[in-house]
Amino acid sequence: MEQSLLVSIIATGVIAGTPILYAAIGEIFAEQAGVINLGVEGMMLVGAVTGFMVTLQTESHWLGAGAALIAGGLMALIHAFLTITLRANQVVSGLALTVFGTGLSGTIGKNLIGIPLPTTFKPVPVAGLSEIPWLGPILFQHDWLVYLGYGLVILCWFVLYKTKTGLKVRAVGENPGAADAAGIHVFAVRYACVVIGGMLAGIGGAYLSLAYAPSWLENMTAGRGWIAVALVIFATWNPSKAFFGSLLFGAVDVMGFHLQTLGITISSFFLKMLPYLITIAVLILVTRETKKRHVATPGALGVSYNREER
Amino acid sequence: MRCEWMAKIHFEKRNTTAKWVLFLVPILSIVVGLCFAGIFIVTTGKNPLDVYLLMFEGAFGSAYGLSETVVKAIPLMLTGLGVSLAFRMQLWNIGAEGQLYMGAMGATWLALRFPEWPAYLLLPGMLLLGFLLGGIWGLIPAIPRAFLKVNETITTLLLNYVAILWVDYLVYGPWKDPNGFNFPITAPFSENAILPVLGPSRIHVGLLIAFVATILLFVILRYTKWGFEIRVSGESAVAAQYAGMNYVRNILLVMFISGGLAGIAGMTEVSGITQRLQHGISPGYGYTAIIIAWLARLNPWAIVVVSFVFGGLLVGGYSIQTSGFSAATVAMLQGAILFFVVGGEIFIEHRLRLGGKGGKP
Repeated sequence: MEQSLLVSIIATGVIAGTPILYAAIGEIFAEQAGVINLGVEGMMLVGAVTGFMVTLQTESHWLGAGAALIAGGLMALIHAFLTITLRANQVVSGLALTVFGTGLSGTIGKNLIGIPLPTTFKPVPVAGLSEIPWLGPILFQHDWLVYLGYGLVILCWFVLYKTKTGLKVRAVGENPGAADAAGIHVFAVRYACVVIGGMLAGIGGAYLSLAYAPSWLENMTAGRGWIAVALVIFATWNPSKAFFGSLLFGAVDVMGFHLQTLGITISSFFLKMLPYLITIAVLILVTRETKKRHVATPGALGVSYNREER
Repeated sequence: MRCEWMAKIHFEKRNTTAKWVLFLVPILSIVVGLCFAGIFIVTTGKNPLDVYLLMFEGAFGSAYGLSETVVKAIPLMLTGLGVSLAFRMQLWNIGAEGQLYMGAMGATWLALRFPEWPAYLLLPGMLLLGFLLGGIWGLIPAIPRAFLKVNETITTLLLNYVAILWVDYLVYGPWKDPNGFNFPITAPFSENAILPVLGPSRIHVGLLIAFVATILLFVILRYTKWGFEIRVSGESAVAAQYAGMNYVRNILLVMFISGGLAGIAGMTEVSGITQRLQHGISPGYGYTAIIIAWLARLNPWAIVVVSFVFGGLLVGGYSIQTSGFSAATVAMLQGAILFFVVGGEIFIEHRLRLGGKGGKP
């Protein structure tokens, strides 16, 4: 009994953590290249509503997820143009993206509230693996987007740390002037990373509207985009650590539900505060630790690159 | 393999920025932002021009609309001044929304606890508590920011959710009006806890409070040593510390006052408008404040002017909701405007050269 409860908390934590994981890995790409994008929340919302609309129209949740990917990428393109080409303030541009995305998703989703979807992402247990005690139910009884998330963690970790491309990305984020002198096209790398970041945030949002809670609700991300931004710091810009972080935040997210089944009654308002409060607490602890261990943030994070002032 | 078109766009630094550029860029930002958002309005099957006309009429076309625009401008001014102070020090306080809610809560507590106090005691008391609680809500993320460099953008934003949930807990729970038909509202305030109105409208004394705050902030920033310190710290934290300024203390103080101003906005809203605490007292004033502060280039006087424009945008937003638009549409317009404000900034210090050669002049 005790064991099965723990397993089910972690298993639901994996699901609840998936949208945050996609968004955080996307943000890792942007930040590794030196661009902070605080528009994650907005990109997720636009991804969620686009995925929902396209699934409704085409009756294919895969097309929905694909559309969310494109929509998120287009949103990120705005941020890329403003911050990379026009050298705008990254913090304010990102905030604008969140405000705009919140408004845009609310506007085009006005008439979608309460409509059921014809098809959604459903759990597909992996033959064999799902039978493993503990690990099976925790990792291998979920839907396809969760499995793709695992693959993405490994792929992105490999690309960022084990390939020449990853080295270029990190060089651009660390010292764009030097990277430029070495013949790397700083603008192109930054554009690509920011847009990839938006695409993944878009899928993260679509996971909410197509798998986690298949429906459309205004502001349905409820701050998950911001938690993803915090998760990037928690993970010290490393995709593999982001996976464990997303598990933690996912577990906190579903904690309230599990506490209620245990018969512990806390006001639902306090339970809803938990993810935000724990994110803040973790952020403080991690910032302290990273300072002690001298984990370097990307050197040029948040700084626009101006070739003429090289 | 360089992208050719990128090399063709080239910004050349202006030696001096003409005054008209300073005015033209923000005005153009608003116009172009509305055009950009119009593309998305078309996808909903409506004509954006009709929509904007309807909004403009709603906000500025009648005495009632105009007075409501002023009513909305009051909390926008106060929160806008608050975030602009923090922004000056490069502190990204995006928690004005939560600070407003906490200020409203503080003011409400006093109004419900001592309803019989005379107005000359109760109203200043509510103002003080609103300032104090908003200030504390700004101070909480400032402490880890000042001592550990914990990213305040994320913490201030996350605290918004906490503050709103906390107020919801109160109005759905312990503070719920027993005679309120189960609505998430507190009991109505006593006569003494309500800000007087100016003339026959909903415009209340909060307008004067906002003006006083504007003047105070202007004087502090322009004429005091502390204001000078804030401006220097904003330019360079290192320089401020070398000059012997107490950087940590300034962070804490600036965030406290920044939150406090938003807290006052919460007080004037519950005392002047809703006359009780209730669920959803703010339609996102704290977020709009960020856009206002940036559009006004952090100048207190400009914040006053821009607040009226955005107050009108909010009122206009209400008038299009009846024709099938979501309340979120206003946020879309605001976001679009901000895109062009931040994107337009480069044109204030640079001029665009097409087809020119990149590289040092």
